Amino acid sequence: MSTASEKEPWFSKQNLKLLTNPLNWENPITVQVLGICSALAVTVQIKPAIVMALSVTVVTAFANLIISSLRNTIPARIRIIVQLVVIAALVIVVDQLLKAYVYDVSKKLSVFVGLIITNCILMGRLEAYAMANKPWKSFLDGIGNGLGYGLILVTVAFIRELTGSGKFFGMKIIPQSFYDMGYADNGLMILPPMALITIGVIIWIHRSRNKALIEK
Amino acid sequence: MKSLRKYLDKIKPNFQPGGKFQKFRSTFDAFETFLFVPNHVTKKGSHIRDYIDLKRTMSIVVMALMPALLFGMWNVGYQHYLSVGQTVTFLEQFWFGFIAVFPIVVVAYVSGLSVEFIFAQIRGHEVNEGFLVSGMLIPLIMPVDTPLWMIAVATIFAVIFGKEVFGGTGMNIFNPALLARAFVFFAYPAKITGDFIWIEGLSDKSSKIVDGFSGATPLSQAANYAVDKIPSDLTLFLGNIPGSIGETSKLAILIGAAILLLSGIGNWRIMLTTVLGGLFMSLIFNLVGANPYMQISPITQLLMGGFLFGAVFMATDPVTAAQTNTGKYIYGFLVGVIAIMVRVFNPAYPEGMMLSILLMNAFAPLIDHYVVEANIKRRLKRISPIQK
Repeated sequence: MSTASEKEPWFSKQNLKLLTNPLNWENPITVQVLGICSALAVTVQIKPAIVMALSVTVVTAFANLIISSLRNTIPARIRIIVQLVVIAALVIVVDQLLKAYVYDVSKKLSVFVGLIITNCILMGRLEAYAMANKPWKSFLDGIGNGLGYGLILVTVAFIRELTGSGKFFGMKIIPQSFYDMGYADNGLMILPPMALITIGVIIWIHRSRNKALIEK
Repeated sequence: MKSLRKYLDKIKPNFQPGGKFQKFRSTFDAFETFLFVPNHVTKKGSHIRDYIDLKRTMSIVVMALMPALLFGMWNVGYQHYLSVGQTVTFLEQFWFGFIAVFPIVVVAYVSGLSVEFIFAQIRGHEVNEGFLVSGMLIPLIMPVDTPLWMIAVATIFAVIFGKEVFGGTGMNIFNPALLARAFVFFAYPAKITGDFIWIEGLSDKSSKIVDGFSGATPLSQAANYAVDKIPSDLTLFLGNIPGSIGETSKLAILIGAAILLLSGIGNWRIMLTTVLGGLFMSLIFNLVGANPYMQISPITQLLMGGFLFGAVFMATDPVTAAQTNTGKYIYGFLVGVIAIMVRVFNPAYPEGMMLSILLMNAFAPLIDHYVVEANIKRRLKRISPIQK
């Protein structure tokens, strides 16, 4: 068994699937419907959304790696506590880094960085994958799910920032002449309900294109 | 008429399954049933069929809305010429209002119906007549100054997310017309609140406004505690005041209510209890009397803003209201109570009727559930001694 897996190349087809599947078929937000809370809260602008996505990706990947390495020594009864300790430690590291290097974004994300600890994607991946797979695979799985989360986050943030405040990465891209002609920014897009509706529309489009995802 | 029928019969095979344009079957069907009485025949079992189908129901509601629309058109012109200080004839006032209001009606219908047609095509079902009423309600509850593209965006949003997402006509949780207004209200707050948007041309800074003309609606005057500036009850009733296009004249609304009640389409239970709820809550506020808004008499409260319009045309929507008779009493009463509460407690939302109806739309199924449960329990109690 061990020799067989040693021979498997690091980026074999199966391992790459771990990275690409969460972008589409097993997307944490649109298919597994995890991590919705932060997706609604941090998607008003693109910049915080990207930072949030990166933070979640890093935390998920390393939490997966660490838990997967420890998986044979963790007693099954207290595994959730062990997982939480690992996640919490990583989140504190990320939070401190954000505060040190991108303070303004960290301010905007406010409590939601801390809330990564309770993000369902992390616990879900640890329970469902890292506890039963080898470290490298778990690491890839963590990155893949983080990116899948980030993909939806950035898409929603792009739509909301463009229609809600006419901006892209904080730059005004809808020309002033539009406003002079009577165009107005859609204030509803800045409010959380529209984030929910936007994600709903993404799920709608996603499922109508992939009939296999439609539940009976 | 004959030739039209002949022409339709001639092109009909193209739209049947197997025909050239079979994809557009629902579009053809929609036009055919719109122009002629559908000749559907009951195929299985015995059914009693009535002439009152969805199309006729909707047409009667649209007819009931006509007085409010016509009065609204005249009032738009009247208010405009009042604001610029010109005296013109009745016809000129009406014509000005017609020019201002008619595009809004057209835009609401075109944008809403296009969405309906597209969805009917994709899903392969018939186009329902449900939008005929929504498309007429939307212009009537908007300020006349709302840009046309906003009406279009709001209507499209309301039809997609208020109706099609849930499965189309008859499946919606929220009243689509109110959803359109709520969309504009939250998305473009500058265009639907304030004193300048209720009268055509007033928000345009270049136009000459008569000194001392404010354009404020009775509701905004009440919210600013300028209670003495609220027009007399008779003026409020007749409706030559600033406001959304169709809601100002209570007389026109009552004519509409009479049409709805006589034809048996509107529900008297909801209308009655909504008004009672409003009266009840404003009486309680009268007793408290903590601020000038609370001291406004119950009758004035009911005559201000869109309360009656909402009670007659919005709360009674057969799809989104409660379905059981007992439920309707509860539903209507709470609509009235909450509408007055929102008005008085939160001046940021001058028109509480919209929010209260939307809120109760969400609660209607819950009310029905408990009414049905209570009924089952009551009847079970009656049967249990015999079983023992």
